[in-house]
Amino acid sequence: MTPIINSGRTDNKKRLSQAVAFTIFKLMSYSVVLILFLILGFIVTKGIGVISWDFLTKAPEEGMTKGGIFPAIVGTLCLVLGSSIFSFPIGIMSGIYMNEYAAGNKFAIFVRIMTNNLSGVPSVVFGLFGMSLFVNTMKFGDSILAGSLTLGLLSLPLVIRTTEESLKAIDKSYREGSLALGATKLQTIRKVIMPMAFPNIITGLILSIGRVSGETAPILFTVAAYFLPKLPTSIFDQVMALPYHLYVISTSGTDIETSRGIAYGTALVLIVIILLVNLLANFLRNYFAKKVKTN
Amino acid sequence: MKRFLEKLVESALLISGSITSITILLIIIFLFKEASGLFNSPVVEEGYVLAFNKANPVKKLSSYQIKEIFDGKITSWDEVGGKEEPIELVRLSDLTKYYTEEELGANFENIPAKASELTAKHPGIILFLPKNYVAKNFNGTLLKHETLRPGDFFGGKEWYPTASPSPQYGLLPLLLGTIWVSLGAILLSLPFGIAVAVYLAEIATMRVRNILKPLIELLAGIPSVVYGFFGLVVIVPFLQKLFHLPVGETALAGSVVLGIMALPTIITVAEDAMRTVPRAIKEASLALGATHWQTIYKVIIPYAKSGITSAAVLGIGRAIGETMAVLMVTGNAAVIPHTLLEPVRTIPATIAAELGEVSAGSGHYQALFMLGVILFIITMIISISIEFIGKKKYSN
Repeated sequence: MTPIINSGRTDNKKRLSQAVAFTIFKLMSYSVVLILFLILGFIVTKGIGVISWDFLTKAPEEGMTKGGIFPAIVGTLCLVLGSSIFSFPIGIMSGIYMNEYAAGNKFAIFVRIMTNNLSGVPSVVFGLFGMSLFVNTMKFGDSILAGSLTLGLLSLPLVIRTTEESLKAIDKSYREGSLALGATKLQTIRKVIMPMAFPNIITGLILSIGRVSGETAPILFTVAAYFLPKLPTSIFDQVMALPYHLYVISTSGTDIETSRGIAYGTALVLIVIILLVNLLANFLRNYFAKKVKTN
Repeated sequence: MKRFLEKLVESALLISGSITSITILLIIIFLFKEASGLFNSPVVEEGYVLAFNKANPVKKLSSYQIKEIFDGKITSWDEVGGKEEPIELVRLSDLTKYYTEEELGANFENIPAKASELTAKHPGIILFLPKNYVAKNFNGTLLKHETLRPGDFFGGKEWYPTASPSPQYGLLPLLLGTIWVSLGAILLSLPFGIAVAVYLAEIATMRVRNILKPLIELLAGIPSVVYGFFGLVVIVPFLQKLFHLPVGETALAGSVVLGIMALPTIITVAEDAMRTVPRAIKEASLALGATHWQTIYKVIIPYAKSGITSAAVLGIGRAIGETMAVLMVTGNAAVIPHTLLEPVRTIPATIAAELGEVSAGSGHYQALFMLGVILFIITMIISISIEFIGKKKYSN
């Protein structure tokens, strides 16, 4: 028989092993954060000297070893806008259908599995698909349209999931209250549910913009141009894009060493976009959370 | 009217709801459509033929055998199922060794006749010739219109799509490269991921958690091309110095970068799993006198096992499909890797690097789409197995 009450010795040993384990976990957690700051710090310190008004507003010059990245910034904006026009309405509508109309039935379960599968499809497969469908079969060519549609499909699962989750968070009593007052289902969604879910949906949409602006593989064969100093005039034009530009000048530019500075600058611009997007999303999340509380 | 509008909106929503399923279906259709011609593509370059002496019993050669012959690695016919006869390789340009320029004609108009004559005279010859130089009454056997065999693709040990006369589309080096890099990544990131998840779910105070969570989300938001760039300018030179390597672009560099990239996914999924552990179970353990740490590793982690498995599988899925970062740091040598300290090339990196240079519909193009199909199937299996792991948890 072992004694029921632990001796002080094993107690101490237990406490010690807990302290050791917790310290290790804490250190590992902070080292992950340290990695983040290392990456950010490195790119910020190396890139900050490159950033200037000219860098942001001029086209690349002399085999992309000098000049700026303006066409790439414009290209990325075009792609973000184009893909959002496509994915936001469809994604939100899909999310509404899944949560408000089909909740729990077989169709919704099937669609949810498909949406999860779609979000697991590698971005380069989206690139292949976009090239085959939009560029070759639909004859859009390498264009903003083809790239936007490809990126739109890629970001769709994210939009759907945030919409669904935002809707799910709303208490059933609001729906029942509205319906009890004689409102139709559509009126309930429009006047009661959507206004309440909107803040969370917006946060998700902003995060999907961040995702889209950093994607490279899907635009490689659908829109991205290696070097194109002029700005696009129609949706059938090719454009440069920030992530692709960073890839090109850091691996296969005409002179990798002299264009390294531009690469740091481009990476910094990309990082700043992502930081801003995340900050904005976090800010909105907290802002709306407070507002809802005070109501 | 109002009812009609409601129905209209509902059907519009229904259509939007099915778009992800339609997309998956379209991806399958279009990838297979583009890749389907691969096993009908000829093993010999378009527009060329291979010819043998009539007495030669060999009538068929696989893509790999042709390559080995042209590389000088196979030198006798008995190695490919023929007689014991040395192989005599003759290209179009080699004809000048056998015939003078006058014999071949000023405008090479005699080449078809001479090529036919040469093939008839030399029993061990293998002649590589453009189609338009084959005479009507050619005195020899032409290699039959052989197509790429599935075995050449799935079991092929070399990926060398620009090889002449027989391009090599061997999947193995790319598949093994992908597996090596991804496994390395998950081995590096899984311990960290679980530790951070435990810390966030169980140990950290609310305040610390509220600071760490957004930072880890930010880690997930950094574009893969930026990770690749960081890997290229920091991790690659660092590893090169650390291990005294001739090149720093190795599988290990890819694993390190991918490991960092997979962390947020693993942390989030594993933490969510640990949070679903019922409070009662946890409290029961504590009430029995177990310390918090004992509760974590004897109760919480076993309970959240399926969630942690999902996290690992999801992390592997992310790593397998990741393109740009891997493309930038692994060196892209399409050889079967033996250690993590060698350059490798993964499936997604191959697609990204080569698709821009091939013409639509060529064998190379179809081979790249076939790689896409394989990648798609792998990720589908992963997605479905996660679904399965998740289900198991609820039925228990």
